[in-house]
Amino acid sequence: MTVAGDVVLQVEDLHKSFGSTEVLKGIDLSVRRGERIAILGSSGSGKSTLLRCLNVLEMPTRGRLILDGEAVGKPAAGGGTRYREAELNRLRARVGMVFQQFNLFPHMTALENVMEGPLSVLGRSRAEARRTAQRHLERVGLGGKAEAHPARLSGGQQQRVAIARALAMDPEVLLFDEPTSSLDPELVGEVLGVINDLSEDGRTMLLVTHELGFAYHFATRILFLHEGRILEDGPPEQVLKSPREERTRRFLDRFTAFRF
Amino acid sequence: MGYVWDFFAVARNADILLAGLGQTLLLSVCGIAVGVAIGGVLAAMRLSGRRTLSWPALAFTEFYRNTPPLVHFFWFFYGLPMAFGLTLPPFAAALAALGVQSAAFFAEVFRGGILSVETGQWEAGRALGMGRARLMRRIILPQAARRMAAPFVERSFELVKTTTLAAALAFHETIYSAMVIVTQTYRPLEVYTVVAGLFFIVLFSASQVAEWLEARGRRAGAR
Ligand SMILES: Nc1ncnc2c1ncn2[C@@H]1O[C@H](COP(=O)(O)OP(=O)(O)OP(=O)(O)O)[C@@H](O)[C@H]1O
Ligand SMILES: [Mg+2]
Repeated sequence: MTVAGDVVLQVEDLHKSFGSTEVLKGIDLSVRRGERIAILGSSGSGKSTLLRCLNVLEMPTRGRLILDGEAVGKPAAGGGTRYREAELNRLRARVGMVFQQFNLFPHMTALENVMEGPLSVLGRSRAEARRTAQRHLERVGLGGKAEAHPARLSGGQQQRVAIARALAMDPEVLLFDEPTSSLDPELVGEVLGVINDLSEDGRTMLLVTHELGFAYHFATRILFLHEGRILEDGPPEQVLKSPREERTRRFLDRFTAFRF
Repeated sequence: MGYVWDFFAVARNADILLAGLGQTLLLSVCGIAVGVAIGGVLAAMRLSGRRTLSWPALAFTEFYRNTPPLVHFFWFFYGLPMAFGLTLPPFAAALAALGVQSAAFFAEVFRGGILSVETGQWEAGRALGMGRARLMRRIILPQAARRMAAPFVERSFELVKTTTLAAALAFHETIYSAMVIVTQTYRPLEVYTVVAGLFFIVLFSASQVAEWLEARGRRAGAR
Protein backbone atom coordinates (compact mmCIF):
# COMPACT_ATOMS: atom_id res chain seq x y z
CA MET A 1 0.00 0.00 0.00
CA THR A 2 2.75 2.45 0.81
CA VAL A 3 4.72 2.08 -2.37
CA ALA A 4 6.89 5.11 -2.98
CA GLY A 5 6.04 6.71 -6.28
CA ASP A 6 2.34 5.89 -6.54
CA VAL A 7 -0.13 8.75 -6.43
CA VAL A 8 -1.16 9.56 -2.88
CA LEU A 9 -3.09 12.76 -3.47
CA GLN A 10 -4.86 13.83 -6.61
CA VAL A 11 -6.49 17.19 -7.19
CA GLU A 12 -8.73 17.69 -10.20
CA ASP A 13 -9.99 21.05 -11.42
CA LEU A 14 -10.07 22.53 -7.93
CA HIS A 15 -11.81 25.87 -7.60
CA LYS A 16 -12.30 27.97 -4.49
CA SER A 17 -14.20 31.22 -4.20
CA PHE A 18 -14.80 33.49 -1.26
CA GLY A 19 -18.03 35.26 -2.07
CA SER A 20 -17.62 36.53 -5.60
CA THR A 21 -13.80 36.43 -5.67
CA GLU A 22 -12.38 33.29 -7.15
CA VAL A 23 -9.09 32.54 -5.40
CA LEU A 24 -8.28 29.16 -6.94
CA LYS A 25 -9.12 28.95 -10.62
CA GLY A 26 -8.72 25.34 -11.54
CA ILE A 27 -5.85 23.46 -9.91
CA ASP A 28 -4.79 20.07 -11.25
CA LEU A 29 -2.16 18.35 -9.21
CA SER A 30 -0.95 14.85 -8.75
CA VAL A 31 1.22 14.20 -5.71
CA ARG A 32 3.28 11.02 -5.59
CA ARG A 33 4.17 9.30 -2.38
CA GLY A 34 7.44 10.60 -0.99
CA GLU A 35 7.46 13.80 -3.01
CA ARG A 36 8.50 16.99 -1.26
CA ILE A 37 6.79 19.87 -2.98
CA ALA A 38 7.60 23.52 -2.29
CA ILE A 39 4.88 25.96 -3.26
CA LEU A 40 5.99 29.46 -4.18
CA GLY A 41 4.03 32.51 -5.18
CA SER A 42 3.47 36.10 -4.25
CA SER A 43 1.15 37.20 -1.47
CA GLY A 44 -2.49 36.58 -2.30
CA SER A 45 -1.78 34.08 -5.06
CA GLY A 46 -3.75 31.41 -3.19
CA LYS A 47 -1.00 29.27 -1.63
CA SER A 48 -2.61 29.02 1.79
CA THR A 49 -6.03 28.49 0.29
CA LEU A 50 -4.68 25.60 -1.77
CA LEU A 51 -3.10 23.92 1.26
CA ARG A 52 -6.24 24.46 3.32
CA CYS A 53 -8.34 22.86 0.59
CA LEU A 54 -6.07 19.81 0.65
CA ASN A 55 -7.12 18.95 4.20
CA VAL A 56 -10.53 20.54 3.69
CA LEU A 57 -10.15 23.24 6.31
CA GLU A 58 -11.67 25.14 3.39
CA MET A 59 -14.39 23.45 1.34
CA PRO A 60 -13.50 23.55 -2.32
CA THR A 61 -16.18 25.27 -4.37
CA ARG A 62 -15.67 22.85 -7.23
CA GLY A 63 -13.39 20.00 -8.19
CA ARG A 64 -12.31 16.65 -6.85
CA LEU A 65 -9.94 15.58 -4.15
CA ILE A 66 -8.70 12.00 -4.19
CA LEU A 67 -6.68 10.64 -1.28
CA ASP A 68 -5.17 7.19 -1.75
CA GLY A 69 -7.49 6.44 -4.63
CA GLU A 70 -10.62 7.38 -2.67
CA ALA A 71 -12.60 10.42 -3.74
CA VAL A 72 -13.48 12.74 -0.88
CA GLY A 73 -17.15 13.63 -0.64
CA LYS A 74 -20.08 12.57 -2.76
CA PRO A 75 -21.23 14.33 -5.90
CA ALA A 76 -24.25 16.48 -5.13
CA ALA A 77 -27.03 17.77 -7.32
CA GLY A 78 -25.90 20.85 -9.22
CA GLY A 79 -22.30 19.75 -9.81
CA GLY A 80 -20.96 20.44 -6.31
CA THR A 81 -19.68 17.97 -3.77
CA ARG A 82 -21.23 17.05 -0.43
CA TYR A 83 -18.85 16.40 2.42
CA ARG A 84 -19.81 14.56 5.58
CA GLU A 85 -18.26 15.77 8.79
CA ALA A 86 -17.08 12.33 9.89
CA GLU A 87 -15.44 11.72 6.52
CA LEU A 88 -13.65 15.06 6.67
CA ASN A 89 -12.38 14.30 10.17
CA ARG A 90 -10.96 11.00 8.96
CA LEU A 91 -9.28 12.74 6.04
CA ARG A 92 -7.80 15.46 8.25
CA ALA A 93 -6.35 12.82 10.53
CA ARG A 94 -4.39 11.52 7.53
CA VAL A 95 -3.31 14.90 6.16
CA GLY A 96 -1.34 16.83 8.77
CA MET A 97 -0.97 20.59 8.91
CA VAL A 98 1.63 22.88 10.42
CA PHE A 99 0.51 26.50 10.66
CA GLN A 100 2.40 29.73 10.32
CA GLN A 101 1.18 30.77 13.79
CA PHE A 102 1.94 27.36 15.41
CA ASN A 103 -1.51 27.26 17.05
CA LEU A 104 -0.35 25.14 19.95
CA PHE A 105 -2.93 24.49 22.67
CA PRO A 106 -1.85 26.95 25.40
CA HIS A 107 -3.56 25.09 28.24
CA MET A 108 -1.56 21.93 27.62
CA THR A 109 2.11 21.11 28.06
CA ALA A 110 4.27 20.38 25.01
CA LEU A 111 3.83 16.66 25.67
CA GLU A 112 0.05 16.95 26.04
CA ASN A 113 -0.10 18.91 22.79
CA VAL A 114 1.61 16.06 20.98
CA MET A 115 -0.49 13.42 22.77
CA GLU A 116 -3.82 15.07 21.97
CA GLY A 117 -4.30 13.72 18.44
CA PRO A 118 -3.35 10.10 19.20
CA LEU A 119 -5.47 10.21 22.38
CA SER A 120 -8.66 11.77 21.16
CA VAL A 121 -8.62 10.98 17.43
CA LEU A 122 -6.69 7.72 17.05
CA GLY A 123 -8.01 6.31 20.33
CA ARG A 124 -4.59 5.32 21.65
CA SER A 125 -4.09 4.54 25.32
CA ARG A 126 -2.65 7.26 27.50
CA ALA A 127 0.54 5.30 28.11
CA GLU A 128 1.11 4.64 24.43
CA ALA A 129 0.28 8.24 23.44
CA ARG A 130 2.72 9.47 26.05
CA ARG A 131 5.47 7.16 24.82
CA THR A 132 5.15 8.15 21.17
CA ALA A 133 4.72 11.83 22.03
CA GLN A 134 7.97 11.78 23.99
CA ARG A 135 9.69 10.11 21.04
CA HIS A 136 8.40 12.76 18.63
CA LEU A 137 9.48 15.58 20.95
CA GLU A 138 12.96 14.06 21.03
CA ARG A 139 12.90 13.86 17.27
CA VAL A 140 12.43 17.66 17.06
CA GLY A 141 15.07 18.20 19.73
CA LEU A 142 12.69 19.04 22.57
CA GLY A 143 12.77 15.91 24.71
CA GLY A 144 13.67 18.09 27.69
CA LYS A 145 10.74 20.46 27.25
CA ALA A 146 7.94 17.92 27.56
CA GLU A 147 6.42 19.51 30.66
CA ALA A 148 6.70 23.13 29.48
CA HIS A 149 3.63 25.07 28.45
CA PRO A 150 3.79 26.86 25.06
CA ALA A 151 3.99 30.29 26.72
CA ARG A 152 7.37 29.26 28.12
CA LEU A 153 8.81 28.23 24.75
CA SER A 154 10.44 30.35 22.06
CA GLY A 155 8.74 30.68 18.69
CA GLY A 156 11.12 28.18 17.15
CA GLN A 157 10.50 25.69 19.94
CA GLN A 158 6.74 26.16 19.64
CA GLN A 159 6.86 25.45 15.94
CA ARG A 160 8.93 22.33 16.55
CA VAL A 161 6.31 21.13 19.05
CA ALA A 162 3.66 21.83 16.40
CA ILE A 163 5.64 19.68 13.95
CA ALA A 164 5.85 16.90 16.54
CA ARG A 165 2.10 17.21 17.10
CA ALA A 166 1.47 16.73 13.39
CA LEU A 167 3.95 13.85 13.17
CA ALA A 168 2.28 12.05 16.08
CA MET A 169 -0.70 11.39 13.80
CA ASP A 170 1.66 9.65 11.37
CA PRO A 171 0.00 11.48 8.46
CA GLU A 172 0.33 10.28 4.87
CA VAL A 173 0.71 13.84 3.72
CA LEU A 174 2.13 16.67 5.77
CA LEU A 175 1.35 20.29 4.89
CA PHE A 176 3.40 23.29 6.03
CA ASP A 177 2.03 26.80 5.55
CA GLU A 178 4.96 29.22 5.85
CA PRO A 179 6.22 27.51 8.99
CA THR A 180 9.02 30.02 9.56
CA SER A 181 7.36 33.27 8.49
CA SER A 182 6.42 34.43 11.97
CA LEU A 183 9.78 33.58 13.51
CA ASP A 184 12.65 35.85 14.40
CA PRO A 185 15.38 35.36 11.78
CA GLU A 186 17.74 33.63 14.18
CA LEU A 187 15.10 30.95 14.91
CA VAL A 188 14.32 30.10 11.30
CA GLY A 189 17.29 27.76 10.96
CA GLU A 190 16.33 25.36 13.77
CA VAL A 191 12.84 24.85 12.33
CA LEU A 192 14.03 24.40 8.75
CA GLY A 193 16.61 21.96 10.10
CA VAL A 194 13.88 19.85 11.70
CA ILE A 195 11.79 19.90 8.52
CA ASN A 196 14.80 18.95 6.47
CA ASP A 197 15.47 15.98 8.77
CA LEU A 198 11.99 14.68 8.02
CA SER A 199 13.09 14.07 4.42
CA GLU A 200 14.74 10.81 5.42
CA ASP A 201 11.35 9.34 6.43
CA GLY A 202 10.17 9.52 2.85
CA ARG A 203 7.00 11.22 4.02
CA THR A 204 5.02 13.19 1.46
CA MET A 205 5.27 16.88 2.24
CA LEU A 206 3.93 20.10 0.75
CA LEU A 207 5.52 23.30 1.96
CA VAL A 208 4.53 26.89 1.28
CA THR A 209 7.58 29.02 1.82
CA HIS A 210 9.43 32.18 0.89
CA GLU A 211 12.78 30.58 1.75
CA LEU A 212 13.95 29.92 -1.79
CA GLY A 213 17.32 28.57 -0.76
CA PHE A 214 15.68 26.02 1.50
CA ALA A 215 13.13 25.12 -1.17
CA TYR A 216 15.95 24.47 -3.60
CA HIS A 217 17.69 21.96 -1.35
CA PHE A 218 14.66 20.43 0.32
CA ALA A 219 12.09 20.03 -2.44
CA THR A 220 11.94 17.37 -5.10
CA ARG A 221 9.49 19.51 -6.99
CA ILE A 222 8.47 23.14 -7.06
CA LEU A 223 5.14 24.73 -7.91
CA PHE A 224 4.75 28.40 -8.68
CA LEU A 225 1.27 29.73 -8.06
CA HIS A 226 0.02 32.88 -9.67
CA GLU A 227 -3.48 34.31 -9.34
CA GLY A 228 -4.99 30.98 -8.43
CA ARG A 229 -3.31 28.90 -11.11
CA ILE A 230 -0.23 26.71 -11.21
CA LEU A 231 2.09 28.54 -13.56
CA GLU A 232 5.17 26.46 -13.09
CA ASP A 233 5.66 22.85 -12.03
CA GLY A 234 8.99 21.07 -12.16
CA PRO A 235 12.21 20.12 -10.41
CA PRO A 236 13.85 22.91 -8.33
CA GLU A 237 16.80 23.14 -10.70
CA GLN A 238 14.55 23.92 -13.62
CA VAL A 239 11.91 26.14 -11.95
CA LEU A 240 14.38 28.26 -9.98
CA LYS A 241 17.17 28.51 -12.55
CA SER A 242 15.36 28.51 -15.85
CA PRO A 243 11.67 29.21 -15.29
CA ARG A 244 9.39 28.93 -18.30
CA GLU A 245 7.27 31.96 -17.52
CA GLU A 246 8.19 35.61 -17.41
CA ARG A 247 6.02 35.98 -14.27
CA THR A 248 8.07 33.42 -12.43
CA ARG A 249 11.31 35.14 -13.42
CA ARG A 250 10.03 38.47 -12.14
CA PHE A 251 8.97 36.84 -8.87
CA LEU A 252 12.38 35.23 -8.42
CA ASP A 253 14.21 38.44 -9.27
CA ARG A 254 12.54 40.15 -6.34
CA PHE A 255 14.55 37.98 -3.97
CA THR A 256 17.74 39.96 -4.34
CA ALA A 257 19.76 37.71 -2.07
CA PHE A 258 18.81 34.74 -4.19
CA ARG A 259 21.96 32.87 -5.20
CA PHE A 260 23.06 29.27 -5.27
CA MET B 1 -29.35 66.96 63.19
CA GLY B 2 -29.87 65.05 66.35
CA TYR B 3 -30.67 61.62 64.99
CA VAL B 4 -30.08 58.94 67.60
CA TRP B 5 -29.05 55.63 66.04
CA ASP B 6 -30.56 52.55 67.62
CA PHE B 7 -29.21 49.29 66.25
CA PHE B 8 -30.72 47.33 69.11
CA ALA B 9 -34.02 47.52 67.27
CA VAL B 10 -32.35 45.53 64.50
CA ALA B 11 -30.47 43.20 66.80
CA ARG B 12 -33.69 42.17 68.53
CA ASN B 13 -35.03 41.04 65.16
CA ALA B 14 -31.81 39.54 63.86
CA ASP B 15 -33.42 36.11 63.48
CA ILE B 16 -35.97 37.45 60.98
CA LEU B 17 -33.27 39.22 59.01
CA LEU B 18 -30.93 36.22 58.93
CA ALA B 19 -33.75 33.95 57.84
CA GLY B 20 -34.37 36.41 55.01
CA LEU B 21 -30.69 36.36 54.10
CA GLY B 22 -30.85 32.57 53.98
CA GLN B 23 -33.74 32.77 51.51
CA THR B 24 -31.80 35.34 49.45
CA LEU B 25 -28.84 32.98 49.21
CA LEU B 26 -31.08 30.02 48.36
CA LEU B 27 -32.82 32.00 45.62
CA SER B 28 -29.44 33.21 44.34
CA VAL B 29 -27.89 29.76 44.12
CA CYS B 30 -30.96 28.27 42.46
CA GLY B 31 -31.20 31.28 40.13
CA ILE B 32 -27.59 30.88 39.05
CA ALA B 33 -28.10 27.16 38.46
CA VAL B 34 -31.20 27.70 36.31
CA GLY B 35 -29.60 30.68 34.54
CA VAL B 36 -26.45 28.72 33.72
CA ALA B 37 -28.43 25.74 32.42
CA ILE B 38 -30.73 27.78 30.17
CA GLY B 39 -27.89 30.17 29.28
CA GLY B 40 -25.77 27.25 28.13
CA VAL B 41 -28.54 26.08 25.81
CA LEU B 42 -29.04 29.61 24.47
CA ALA B 43 -25.31 30.04 23.83
CA ALA B 44 -25.18 26.70 22.02
CA MET B 45 -28.15 27.73 19.89
CA ARG B 46 -26.54 31.04 18.97
CA LEU B 47 -23.24 29.38 18.09
CA SER B 48 -24.86 26.54 16.13
CA GLY B 49 -24.57 28.42 12.85
CA ARG B 50 -28.17 27.52 12.01
CA ARG B 51 -30.51 30.41 11.63
CA THR B 52 -33.52 28.45 12.84
CA LEU B 53 -31.75 28.02 16.19
CA SER B 54 -29.63 31.13 16.51
CA TRP B 55 -32.34 33.61 15.62
CA PRO B 56 -34.85 32.65 18.37
CA ALA B 57 -32.00 32.59 20.88
CA LEU B 58 -30.89 36.04 19.78
CA ALA B 59 -34.44 37.40 20.02
CA PHE B 60 -34.83 35.90 23.49
CA THR B 61 -31.53 37.33 24.69
CA GLU B 62 -32.17 40.78 23.32
CA PHE B 63 -35.67 40.85 24.77
CA TYR B 64 -34.52 40.09 28.30
CA ARG B 65 -31.51 42.38 28.08
CA ASN B 66 -33.65 45.33 27.15
CA THR B 67 -36.61 45.04 29.53
CA PRO B 68 -36.72 45.78 33.30
CA PRO B 69 -36.29 42.71 35.53
CA LEU B 70 -39.15 43.74 37.82
CA VAL B 71 -41.53 43.27 34.88
CA HIS B 72 -40.29 39.69 34.48
CA PHE B 73 -41.02 39.04 38.15
CA PHE B 74 -44.54 40.44 37.80
CA TRP B 75 -45.22 38.37 34.70
CA PHE B 76 -44.38 35.11 36.36
CA PHE B 77 -46.23 35.99 39.58
CA TYR B 78 -49.28 37.95 38.42
CA GLY B 79 -49.31 37.30 34.68
CA LEU B 80 -49.20 33.49 34.54
CA PRO B 81 -52.33 33.03 36.70
CA MET B 82 -54.27 35.53 34.58
CA ALA B 83 -53.12 34.27 31.20
CA PHE B 84 -52.86 30.53 31.84
CA GLY B 85 -54.50 29.98 35.22
CA LEU B 86 -51.15 28.81 36.51
CA THR B 87 -50.39 30.08 39.99
CA LEU B 88 -46.81 29.87 41.22
CA PRO B 89 -45.75 30.37 44.84
CA PRO B 90 -43.52 33.45 45.28
CA PHE B 91 -40.29 31.43 45.39
CA ALA B 92 -41.05 29.56 42.18
CA ALA B 93 -42.18 32.71 40.39
CA ALA B 94 -39.08 34.58 41.51
CA LEU B 95 -36.84 31.69 40.54
CA ALA B 96 -38.44 31.40 37.10
CA ALA B 97 -38.10 35.14 36.45
CA LEU B 98 -34.56 35.25 37.75
CA GLY B 99 -33.44 32.10 35.95
CA VAL B 100 -34.86 33.06 32.60
CA GLN B 101 -33.68 36.64 32.79
CA SER B 102 -30.16 35.80 33.93
CA ALA B 103 -29.96 33.06 31.30
CA ALA B 104 -29.90 35.81 28.69
CA PHE B 105 -26.90 37.36 30.40
CA PHE B 106 -25.10 34.10 31.09
CA ALA B 107 -25.59 33.12 27.44
CA GLU B 108 -23.69 36.25 26.44
CA VAL B 109 -20.92 35.44 28.90
CA PHE B 110 -20.55 31.91 27.51
CA ARG B 111 -20.76 33.03 23.91
CA GLY B 112 -18.24 35.81 24.48
CA GLY B 113 -15.81 33.40 26.13
CA ILE B 114 -16.07 30.86 23.35
CA LEU B 115 -15.74 33.45 20.59
CA SER B 116 -12.69 34.92 22.29
CA VAL B 117 -10.72 31.73 21.59
CA GLU B 118 -8.64 32.33 18.45
CA THR B 119 -9.76 30.67 15.21
CA GLY B 120 -6.29 29.10 15.05
CA GLN B 121 -7.27 26.90 17.99
CA TRP B 122 -10.32 25.59 16.15
CA GLU B 123 -8.25 25.02 13.06
CA ALA B 124 -5.48 23.20 14.90
CA GLY B 125 -8.06 20.87 16.44
CA ARG B 126 -9.84 20.29 13.15
CA ALA B 127 -6.52 19.70 11.41
CA LEU B 128 -5.90 16.82 13.82
CA GLY B 129 -9.24 15.34 12.78
CA MET B 130 -11.11 16.15 15.98
CA GLY B 131 -14.91 16.20 15.83
CA ARG B 132 -16.89 19.23 16.93
CA ALA B 133 -17.92 17.97 20.36
CA ARG B 134 -14.46 16.75 21.32
CA LEU B 135 -12.83 19.90 20.01
CA MET B 136 -15.20 21.95 22.10
CA ARG B 137 -14.58 19.93 25.23
CA ARG B 138 -10.83 19.42 24.98
CA ILE B 139 -9.59 22.58 23.30
CA ILE B 140 -12.10 25.43 23.31
CA LEU B 141 -13.97 25.22 26.62
CA PRO B 142 -10.90 24.94 28.86
CA GLN B 143 -9.54 28.13 27.32
CA ALA B 144 -12.91 29.87 27.20
CA ALA B 145 -13.65 29.01 30.84
CA ARG B 146 -10.73 31.11 32.04
CA ARG B 147 -11.89 34.12 30.10
CA MET B 148 -15.49 33.63 31.22
CA ALA B 149 -14.58 33.57 34.91
CA ALA B 150 -14.49 37.32 35.56
CA PRO B 151 -17.68 38.27 33.65
CA PHE B 152 -19.40 35.22 35.12
CA VAL B 153 -18.67 36.37 38.66
CA GLU B 154 -19.78 39.89 37.75
CA ARG B 155 -23.10 38.58 36.39
CA SER B 156 -23.67 36.35 39.39
CA PHE B 157 -23.24 39.32 41.73
CA GLU B 158 -25.77 41.24 39.64
CA LEU B 159 -28.13 38.31 40.07
CA VAL B 160 -27.72 38.19 43.84
CA LYS B 161 -28.66 41.87 44.01
CA THR B 162 -31.58 41.35 41.64
CA THR B 163 -33.08 38.74 43.98
CA THR B 164 -34.20 41.68 46.15
CA LEU B 165 -36.94 42.34 43.59
CA ALA B 166 -38.62 39.19 44.87
CA ALA B 167 -39.70 41.30 47.84
CA ALA B 168 -42.29 42.75 45.47
CA LEU B 169 -43.83 39.25 45.28
CA ALA B 170 -43.95 39.05 49.10
CA PHE B 171 -41.23 36.43 49.06
CA HIS B 172 -39.54 36.43 52.44
CA GLU B 173 -36.02 37.28 51.38
CA THR B 174 -33.78 39.90 53.00
CA ILE B 175 -35.55 43.06 51.84
CA TYR B 176 -39.00 41.72 52.61
CA SER B 177 -37.81 40.72 56.10
CA ALA B 178 -36.32 44.18 56.51
CA MET B 179 -39.66 45.76 55.61
CA VAL B 180 -41.35 43.58 58.22
CA ILE B 181 -38.90 44.72 60.88
CA VAL B 182 -39.30 48.35 59.81
CA THR B 183 -43.07 48.24 60.31
CA GLN B 184 -42.51 46.92 63.81
CA THR B 185 -39.65 49.17 64.90
CA TYR B 186 -39.91 52.31 62.73
CA ARG B 187 -36.14 52.15 62.29
CA PRO B 188 -35.72 52.10 58.48
CA LEU B 189 -32.31 53.80 58.53
CA GLU B 190 -30.75 51.22 60.84
CA VAL B 191 -32.49 48.25 59.23
CA TYR B 192 -31.51 49.10 55.66
CA THR B 193 -27.98 50.02 56.70
CA VAL B 194 -27.63 46.57 58.21
CA VAL B 195 -29.11 45.04 55.04
CA ALA B 196 -26.51 46.88 52.94
CA GLY B 197 -23.83 45.66 55.33
CA LEU B 198 -25.02 42.06 55.04
CA PHE B 199 -24.99 42.15 51.22
CA PHE B 200 -21.59 43.78 51.30
CA ILE B 201 -20.13 41.11 53.56
CA VAL B 202 -21.57 38.27 51.47
CA LEU B 203 -20.56 39.65 48.08
CA PHE B 204 -17.21 41.03 49.17
CA SER B 205 -16.13 37.72 50.69
CA ALA B 206 -17.38 35.90 47.61
CA SER B 207 -15.34 38.21 45.37
CA GLN B 208 -12.23 37.56 47.47
CA VAL B 209 -12.70 33.83 47.01
CA ALA B 210 -13.33 34.28 43.28
CA GLU B 211 -10.20 36.37 42.90
CA TRP B 212 -8.13 33.81 44.71
CA LEU B 213 -9.52 31.04 42.48
CA GLU B 214 -8.86 33.08 39.35
CA ALA B 215 -5.29 33.81 40.37
CA ARG B 216 -4.77 30.12 40.99
CA GLY B 217 -6.22 29.32 37.56
CA ARG B 218 -3.94 31.84 35.89
CA ARG B 219 -0.89 30.39 37.59
CA ALA B 220 -1.89 26.90 36.49
CA GLY B 221 -2.29 28.17 32.91
CA ALA B 222 1.07 29.90 32.71
CA ARG B 223 3.16 27.12 34.19
N1 LIG C 1 -11.62 33.30 4.48
C1 LIG C 1 -11.44 34.18 3.47
N2 LIG C 1 -12.42 35.03 3.12
C2 LIG C 1 -12.27 35.89 2.11
N3 LIG C 1 -11.18 36.00 1.36
C3 LIG C 1 -10.15 35.17 1.63
C4 LIG C 1 -10.22 34.23 2.71
N4 LIG C 1 -9.06 33.56 2.76
C5 LIG C 1 -8.30 34.06 1.77
N5 LIG C 1 -8.94 35.03 1.10
C6 LIG C 1 -8.42 35.78 -0.04
O1 LIG C 1 -7.91 34.87 -0.98
C7 LIG C 1 -6.74 35.36 -1.60
C8 LIG C 1 -5.64 34.34 -1.47
O2 LIG C 1 -5.33 34.18 -0.11
P1 LIG C 1 -4.22 33.17 0.39
O3 LIG C 1 -4.16 33.33 1.86
O4 LIG C 1 -4.49 31.83 -0.16
O5 LIG C 1 -2.92 33.76 -0.27
P2 LIG C 1 -1.42 33.36 -0.04
O6 LIG C 1 -0.85 33.02 -1.35
O7 LIG C 1 -1.32 32.33 1.02
O8 LIG C 1 -0.79 34.73 0.46
P3 LIG C 1 0.31 35.01 1.59
O9 LIG C 1 1.65 34.81 0.97
O10 LIG C 1 0.08 36.44 1.95
O11 LIG C 1 0.04 34.09 2.73
C9 LIG C 1 -6.42 36.67 -0.92
O12 LIG C 1 -6.82 37.72 -1.77
C10 LIG C 1 -7.25 36.65 0.35
O13 LIG C 1 -7.66 37.94 0.67
MG1 LIG D 1 -0.65 32.31 3.05
